[in-house]
Order: sequence, then structure tokens, then C-alpha cells
Amino acid sequence: MTCEAQEKNGATVVSLSGEIDLQTSPDVRRFLLKSLSQGKSLVVDMSAVGYIDSSGIASLVEAYQTARKMGLRFALAQVGPSAMRVFQLARLDRVFTIFPSVDAALQDHA
Amino acid sequence: MTTDPLSSTEPLFALRVPARPDRLRLVRAAVGEAAMLCGVGSSWVGDLVLAVDEACQNVIRHAYCGRADGDMVIEMRREADRLEVRLVDFAPRVDPSLVKPRNLTDLRPGGLGTYFIRILMDDVEFCEPPEGAGNCLRMTKRIE
Repeated sequence: MTCEAQEKNGATVVSLSGEIDLQTSPDVRRFLLKSLSQGKSLVVDMSAVGYIDSSGIASLVEAYQTARKMGLRFALAQVGPSAMRVFQLARLDRVFTIFPSVDAALQDHA
Repeated sequence: MTTDPLSSTEPLFALRVPARPDRLRLVRAAVGEAAMLCGVGSSWVGDLVLAVDEACQNVIRHAYCGRADGDMVIEMRREADRLEVRLVDFAPRVDPSLVKPRNLTDLRPGGLGTYFIRILMDDVEFCEPPEGAGNCLRMTKRIE
């Protein structure tokens, strides 16, 4: 599991890669919250996430709620079928703003 | 004449591992590979893997309360048109009435695991654990 961040178009793009589970989700949570502390909108690139469970979902929900409290935008991009299935089960596909690509998410932020 | 090993009631596998987060990936791999032996589709396998992963998380987080010195046993078998997974731990007895899925309209981090197990499996019940064990969760899912 890796987490990488870069600045693009005034937003922070966090790229997650690997499997997000009870072992790795604490790192994801810390990374997302630290990224939000920069005070910029956050786009999470999910394209390389092969698996996510309820603990990973919890990390995303916490980051989403933190962003809202800070008045920042929070979006997901390129969610693969495995992660989308989990979002749909939890009905979070109706809560998260999900874009087909990072570029589309950044355009929306512009 | 040969016997089809996948139509018997023998376990597809039984795996005893430390009840720790760093063993979940191994459990998921075993469950996924065993399910694929039965010829089911990848989305079905994904749902089963998620449900078993969530059940193991409950053992780690709630039954053992985060202690790292307990074990859990995952046993999977095919029973005619369904797959059965038994998850046994050696923690103190859990009150099944306290294991409830949360309301999805309550948006908050956490609490989704039991909900996932309930909606992804056809039957979920705590059953009498083997002698010396603490809890036994039996989950079945119909093969489609």
C-alpha cells in the first residue's frame, strides 16, 4: 500500500495504490488528514486500489467529513469496479463525489 | 470411479493464523483461491472475500479487543449448492445480540463490517464452538 501526494491546479491529488484493509487503513487515514491540513481541495486517485474494506471506507469517510468541516472540496477519481462495489453496498456512491478521471475532478475544482 | 473433491463436504481448506491485521491479506488470498476452485465468478468471489475479511476484522477488533496473541481458524467447505465458512476464535464469548449492523443513513467512520457480512452472505449465525474455542461464526453463501 502506498500513498503519494502532488499539487495540481491548486488542489492536492493523493494517489492510493494497493489494498486498503485493517492493516493499511491507519496509514491511509493519517495521509489523507495530513494532506487536508495543507488547506487545499483534495482529489483521491483510486485507480490503483485493488481492494478496500470497511476500515478503508472509514478512512475515506473521516477525510470527507474533515474536508467538509474545513470548507474544502473532497472528490474521488477513477474508482475501480472492486472499490465501487463496496461504495455501492455502503450507499456511499451517493455521498462521495466521484469522477471518471483525475483531470475531470480537477476541472470541477477549478 | 473418482470422487469430485469439490462436491464433498470435506473442507476446501482450514487455516489457523494469528488474529492480527497483517494476516488478513493471507486470509483473503486463501478464501479467494478456494472459492475460484468452485467455478464461481469474480464478483461473487469478491463479495465472499469481503464478508470473510470483515468477519475476521470483528474477531481482531472486538473479540480479542486488539490483543495480538490470539488465533483464529478459517475453515471453508462446499455443501452442495453453497459455500460455508466457519470462523473460530479463542477469545471470550461474544454476546450475539450485541453484534448488529448499523443504520446506513448514519454517516460516520466505522461500523460497516457487520452490515457487509449480513448483506453479502445468505446465512450468518453464531454456532456452538468446538471444545476449547471461544466463538464460532458460521456463514454460508449460495453458489450462483
